[in-house]
Amino acid sequence: MEQTLRVKRYDPENPGEAGYQDYTVEVTDTTTVLDALLTIREDMDGTLSMRCSCRASICGSCAMRVDGQAKLVCKTRISSVAPNGETLTIDPVGNMPVIKDLVVEFKPFWDKMRAVTPYLQPEGVIPEAEYFASDEDMVHLVGVVNCIQCGACVSDCTVLEVDDSFLGPAALAKAYRFVKDPRDGHQKDRLEDLNKPSGVWDCTRCMQCVEVCPKDVDPMGRIMVMRDMAMETGFNNTSGSRHTESFAKSVKKNGRLDEMKLAVDSMGKFNIPALLDSAPVGLRAMRKGKFPWKGHKSSEPDKVKQIFEKIEGK
Amino acid sequence: MYEHDVLIIGAGLAGLRASIEAARMGVDAAVITKVHPIRSHSNAAQGGINAPMTDRGDEWEGHALDTIKGSDYLADQDAVELMSREAGDAIIELEHMGVIFSRNEDGQLGARRFGGQKVARTFYVGAITGSAMLQVLYEQAIKHDVNFYEEWFVSNLIVEDGVCHGVMAMDIHTGELQMIRAKAVIMATGGAGRVFEPSTNALICTGEGLGLAYRAGAPLMDMEMIQYHPTTLAGSGILLSEAARGEGAYLLNAEGERFMKTYAPDYLELASRDVVSRSEQTEINEGRGIDGNIHLDLRHLGRTFIEERLGYLQEVALEFVGVDLAETSIPIRPGMHYIMGGIKTDINGATEVPGLYAAGETANVSVHGGNRLGANSLLDTIVFGRRTAIAAAEFANSAERHSSDESMLASEKARYQALLDRPADLRSAGIRREMGESMVAGIGVFRDQKSIDAATATVKELRSLYQRVAVDNKGKVFNTDIMAAIELDYMLDVAHAICAGANARKESRGAHYRTDMPDRDDENWLKHTLVYKDGEGSRVETLDVTITNWTPIERVY
Repeated sequence: MEQTLRVKRYDPENPGEAGYQDYTVEVTDTTTVLDALLTIREDMDGTLSMRCSCRASICGSCAMRVDGQAKLVCKTRISSVAPNGETLTIDPVGNMPVIKDLVVEFKPFWDKMRAVTPYLQPEGVIPEAEYFASDEDMVHLVGVVNCIQCGACVSDCTVLEVDDSFLGPAALAKAYRFVKDPRDGHQKDRLEDLNKPSGVWDCTRCMQCVEVCPKDVDPMGRIMVMRDMAMETGFNNTSGSRHTESFAKSVKKNGRLDEMKLAVDSMGKFNIPALLDSAPVGLRAMRKGKFPWKGHKSSEPDKVKQIFEKIEGK
Repeated sequence: MYEHDVLIIGAGLAGLRASIEAARMGVDAAVITKVHPIRSHSNAAQGGINAPMTDRGDEWEGHALDTIKGSDYLADQDAVELMSREAGDAIIELEHMGVIFSRNEDGQLGARRFGGQKVARTFYVGAITGSAMLQVLYEQAIKHDVNFYEEWFVSNLIVEDGVCHGVMAMDIHTGELQMIRAKAVIMATGGAGRVFEPSTNALICTGEGLGLAYRAGAPLMDMEMIQYHPTTLAGSGILLSEAARGEGAYLLNAEGERFMKTYAPDYLELASRDVVSRSEQTEINEGRGIDGNIHLDLRHLGRTFIEERLGYLQEVALEFVGVDLAETSIPIRPGMHYIMGGIKTDINGATEVPGLYAAGETANVSVHGGNRLGANSLLDTIVFGRRTAIAAAEFANSAERHSSDESMLASEKARYQALLDRPADLRSAGIRREMGESMVAGIGVFRDQKSIDAATATVKELRSLYQRVAVDNKGKVFNTDIMAAIELDYMLDVAHAICAGANARKESRGAHYRTDMPDRDDENWLKHTLVYKDGEGSRVETLDVTITNWTPIERVY
């Protein structure tokens, strides 16, 4: 059957002609989006540029947006995304500048990988044979080392969209791989670094990275574990950490969230500039009835308290 | 104009391992690679890396013998001995660098069994061993501050008076051609799988490293030795690791029978790859296949085991074929996978061209001979990547800086310009596919004089058609069209050398199985074939195999 792909074109040598170009190719049930793009590049239009290599979801070259969502196109069967032959729109991944057509500049991606001290740092005497480690720990790490650094998570990260200083899901998953490696001797230093601005606390838990990851790496889940680890290690002096504490405290006390208090606690009572900065948001929230003068209270706060006691008593 | 002491072409396991060693030796080393290092095809190695760990009861001699028997006695035994002896230390070093190898109950490295060996000595990371190792070696290269030319395409070597002095390469981002001078160049460009169609190999495995060295005057050795992997997906040719059989999976024919008992009663599914692939092809040819395939059955291993130990295989099966390995057996067939042949080197990676070294799949130090054992390729890259870097760095330390003739760059630019100027005519991809299909047909699991002649003739005809290849893309930025055209130029040389080797070897040995000459002939053919470029054509010479401790005997599994 025939399938149309609407492919984003951009040529820096002729930037005026950027736009979408339609190609129609013959496909079967098992044709992947990459197969179709290769047919276009090899037999129809050699001017189309893209990165691709292994065709088997292991090299990480071919992340692109298919109908707006980042996917590894080599493992995306056309029949699964266009079951009724709908036109598919192919764009380059997001949050990285486009070089040409479907090729983006990955340098910021690799720079962030380098920023998390991406190599094992053992401490003490190096054993003559291997380090002892449990198979359980190693198998757990396989889940993260499974990351092929394709950039799909970075593409669709909603924080990077507004703040390109954020380390982002891929680099933080890479950091987790060392934080959780029993052979690494610098867990505390790593957590201290990750606790800084642009680190673990800048994630908004939107789940996009988990959703689009083609290798089930669960970057957001890893980030949440590192938050807990940072707090347990004693790194509590961040707005993120205070936010977490205040959130829990408020719900435990009233059965509901006191957003005014949450904002003040998170930023710090004496952090006047930050508080002034967020005043407009506060006023808008107030108009929507978010800050009742008597504070939010659950009708049965005791029951909520019981839940907390049960969990904490564990 | 750039200059380095040692320039390494390719950033897979061999190239990265070499770069780390060169950095440790304090020379100015750089790696040039047409894709980002993490995208290199080493990441596709799944099953593991072999090592006889002498500190826990295994013996290096056992691994050496298995390797030599696996090679059908074509491997050079001095090189194999080196690899087997150095393997244990290499694994421990990798573990110390950070590779998350699987463990046993005692927290030590755990191993699985692999083909052609009775001892479980294959160390692994799930079914992503290559990827896990590549990541760690790249991490170490970062730690050692290695210079990278990422996404640069090497299209020619600088060779003057028979000595290699560097490369000419295109920065893929800008389209600019540059000379990069080096006192020593290490070719670590991997395999040439795309010379065949289908192949398990990535689209980047176009083998220009082999072509570059060949044109520079280095001989290509045993090029007829092409490995067909027993378990690849029909159609796409995507690989399913030998780890499946290592962990106990069965091969079944149409009658549901474990047919390997007929061909290899002792080793069954874990005989050498050439033996298993031939057995499968025989079953298919004799009408006991299933729609032209064999079935790989993992069901009895159980879901949890499959997901934990062979997770990547399950992913491939689900995503590409829609098969759940815990529920259903999966159709597979032999598929082109690896080239045992390559640029002839000595045990330190030196080629016959001074200043030019080679390591990994692109090289042939001859540890694999006529058939490579599964999980020996990763070992080859690590052991010989390191040794080659030492030799290249020592050579660089004693060599004078050479100022190359700039006119060479002008003629390389003219080569690109000629492609750009040619009006639309033939596309490179069409020629590449025709070459690939004729190579699988002619230099397949089984071959004979007629099939070899047919492939030779097709390659010759395609070589003449190459003069008509044109490109659509006339731009400078990320012009993959022109890269593909230049890659094809070298692929045709590689295809020619493979046909020449296959034509020369008048016997059956390892992966080179001639139905018209089915016997191994140790009397006349305990020899390597060497293909040299000779004017516009080539000439084939032979060289005796190095035999040290292991006398060739009949090979039975």
